[in-house]
Amino acid sequence: MNKTPIIQVKNLVKKFGNFIANDNLTFDVYKGEIFGFLGANGAGKTTAIRILSGLSAPTSGKVKVAGYDVYRQTEQIKKNIGYMSQKFSLYEDLTIRENIRFYAGIYGLSRKVINERTDELLSKLNITNLGDKLISSLPLGWKQKLAFSIAIFHKPEIVFLDEPTGGVDPITRRQFWDMIYDAANESITIFVTTHYMDEAEYCDRVSIMVDGRIEALDSPEGLKNTYKAKNIDEVFLKLARTPIGEVGRG
Amino acid sequence: MKQFIGFVKKEFLHIFRDMRTMLVLFGLPIAQLLIFGFVVTNEIRNIKIAIYDRSKDDITIKISNKIISSGYFLLHENLTNINDIENIFQQGDVKEIIVFGPDFAKKLEKERTANIQLLADASDANTANLIVNYTMAIISDYMKKENQLTETPFQIVPEARMYFNEEMRSVYMFVPGTMALILMLVSALMTSVSIAREKELGTMEVLLVSPLKPAQIIIGKVIPYVVLSFINAVIIIVLGYYVFNMPVKGSLTLLLAESLLFISLALSLGIFISTIAKSQQVAMFISMFALMMPTILLSGFIFPIENMPVILQWLSHIMPPKYFIIIVKNIMLKGVGFSYVWKETLILIGMMMVFIALSIKKFKIRLD
Repeated sequence: MNKTPIIQVKNLVKKFGNFIANDNLTFDVYKGEIFGFLGANGAGKTTAIRILSGLSAPTSGKVKVAGYDVYRQTEQIKKNIGYMSQKFSLYEDLTIRENIRFYAGIYGLSRKVINERTDELLSKLNITNLGDKLISSLPLGWKQKLAFSIAIFHKPEIVFLDEPTGGVDPITRRQFWDMIYDAANESITIFVTTHYMDEAEYCDRVSIMVDGRIEALDSPEGLKNTYKAKNIDEVFLKLARTPIGEVGRG
Repeated sequence: MKQFIGFVKKEFLHIFRDMRTMLVLFGLPIAQLLIFGFVVTNEIRNIKIAIYDRSKDDITIKISNKIISSGYFLLHENLTNINDIENIFQQGDVKEIIVFGPDFAKKLEKERTANIQLLADASDANTANLIVNYTMAIISDYMKKENQLTETPFQIVPEARMYFNEEMRSVYMFVPGTMALILMLVSALMTSVSIAREKELGTMEVLLVSPLKPAQIIIGKVIPYVVLSFINAVIIIVLGYYVFNMPVKGSLTLLLAESLLFISLALSLGIFISTIAKSQQVAMFISMFALMMPTILLSGFIFPIENMPVILQWLSHIMPPKYFIIIVKNIMLKGVGFSYVWKETLILIGMMMVFIALSIKKFKIRLD
């Protein structure tokens, strides 16, 4: 893997009043890697993702995403990223094709490109005959795969996945990670948050956030060696054992 | 722009796919109009009247004083001619004009009978009816008391004439009210719910992360409802015209323009509600209780504002539908032009600005 940084974060601080949500974060994410972002609820993951995706401005620090500055160039950043949350974000009352057309449309893809890629995608997912079915009629696993496919439909540089596998069965989760690998092979950078520790093992590198700070950042192997743990779960518990202020704060 | 059109298309799909939404959009206006076709009776108080007394004798002054001191009426002005009755009513203050003929007392003495004309502004049919009945009761009370003292009884014959609505069609007052209610409901409730739905589904996040600008998202959400509400306004006017024979005496263009203004106001209110509400249910709840109830109860739609307790009268001043109902009644029934409704129009524009400003402020805070 080449080591071109595509996300550069230096001394990022985000405060809400007196509360420090992100406390002096510094890290790089390299092009084409799968970067895992771990942390308990309220550790500051969502705040960081919102800043990286241009939704919210940092209080201080330097942040560049896909080569653009988050203070001044959010427009360009938004064009070059994809986003998928736990809620899958598809419109239940629209068909598969309509959802694709809508999301691809707001990224400015031409009708011709949209039609070509839609056919391509449907046959890849083996659902060519389901294109005109409403999303509400699909099982959860399908929705999740579709949501991810739509998030990378416009071929972004980076895709942010915010707990993308919540509430999905283990087999579907496994299949979902196959899709993530495929996307990474097409040199899309994957930035994924999760609280399934087994999923952290699938990442190229993992950062662990505790109380707004990044406590550790390394490959899964590296982390396990450093903290003398059998798996990432143990690493996480060792790091998070220091009492966390408010557990459960979104 | 292409992205934006795609967005608007998507919004229309949401609406057309949802039976309930369609029902609320197009079933409701018709149902409302028919339901509110009933007459509601109420009390009156401090109604402004004008008196045109061509005799100025003992008896006319006595009758006038009795009417004014009854507590139901306030003397707004003494007229010196009666050429421009329509104009007086169009000003909107005076609800009834009482006309005594010349030589009233002399006639009564000689012929034992005399006439009083009662002219009422019946654009609010319900109130006009009440006003005339109250006035007649006072006059006949006077007559009775005087007749007890004389051997040869005399008779005063009141003649009532209803202006703008000669047949006293109560539906005339319900059409403007229903229009306000429907436009308020459809515009504010539907937009607030549809924005809240995107928040609930998590699609709002995806939209915000996309290259669409927040303004595009909001305007894209709003446009379908502007179009559909406008169609609704037209349906109500057409229904009023063909089913209830409700005239549009003034300019149709002005009426539609004012409707569009009111729709925009309701939409900005809907957007404001959605910035507060986190879920569809909360949005619906706020819309119902903060919009529906006041629109029905405090806007003068059903109950005359003049008769409300002072606090509620104050409250009614901040109810946007109140001003819209005044405008619609003036244009449809009195046939007046913009010069008579510019004040109300200005108030509606002002209210709209306030809601838009508040929404933008709220929206920015949320994004941070």
